[in-house]
Amino acid sequence: MSPRAACRLETLGFTAVYDYTAGKADWLAAGLPTEGTALTPPRPGALARTAVPTCAPDGTVATARQRVAASGEDRCVVTSGGGVVLGVLDQSALAGNDDARAVDAMRPGPATVRAHEDLHELVGRMHARKVTAILVTDPEGRLLGLLHRADADAFLARTHHGGRQAR
Amino acid sequence: MATSLHRDDVRHLMEQGAQLVEVLPAAEYDDEHLPGAINIPLKTLGPKTVTGLDRSNPVIVYCWDGL
Repeated sequence: MSPRAACRLETLGFTAVYDYTAGKADWLAAGLPTEGTALTPPRPGALARTAVPTCAPDGTVATARQRVAASGEDRCVVTSGGGVVLGVLDQSALAGNDDARAVDAMRPGPATVRAHEDLHELVGRMHARKVTAILVTDPEGRLLGLLHRADADAFLARTHHGGRQAR
Repeated sequence: MATSLHRDDVRHLMEQGAQLVEVLPAAEYDDEHLPGAINIPLKTLGPKTVTGLDRSNPVIVYCWDGL
C-alpha cells in the first residue's frame, strides 16, 4: 500500500518522497513508542527487563558470571558489537572454565520474540513449553530485553487482560 | 520510484522535520500510529487531501507492512 501511496505523491508533484516499507509492523516490533486512542494491549517489549547482563563473544565466562551475579538474572546474553543476540550463557555454561570464551561456551541461537507480539498468547506458549524467560529482540535481532514469564503472569493477573489480539 | 527507508533512517528524518503520513484507513490510524504522523488513507490520497503537506519538506509514507 505504501509504495502506491509514494508513487501517487510523486505524481502529485512531491519530489522528496520516501517509503517506510516495513511500516507500522516493523516499528512496533522494535518496541518504539506510538500514539493513538486504542487501549494498547500489553506487549512483551513493555514488560521485558532491560538491564540484562551481556558480554562480547570473546569475553570470558568469568566476566559473564560476575555480571550475572551483579544483575540478579540467571543468564548472560552474548551479543555482537551491534547488540545482535548470538547466544546465551546459562547456569550450566556459567559454571564452566573461567577462561573459556563466551562464544565457545554459549548456547547459540536462542529463541527470541518481537516486542509487539500478543502477550497473552506468548505467555500461553511459554507455559506450554515450560519456558521461564525469553529474549525480546528488534527485527534486526538486537537485544531489547528479557521477558520473565512470572512478570507477565503477574501483569496479566493484575490487569485481567484477556486474549485481546495485538496487531 | 520513492526510496525505501529503514526504520533508523525514518527516525533520523523525523528528527530533521520530515512529515510522516500513514495511508491506512482512519480507524487503524486512530487506534495507533507513529508519533507525529498524520493520516491520509490511500483511497483518499489526491490533490485535495495533500494540501496540508509541506512540499519543501520530505514526506515519509507508511502502512502496516508495505503490502
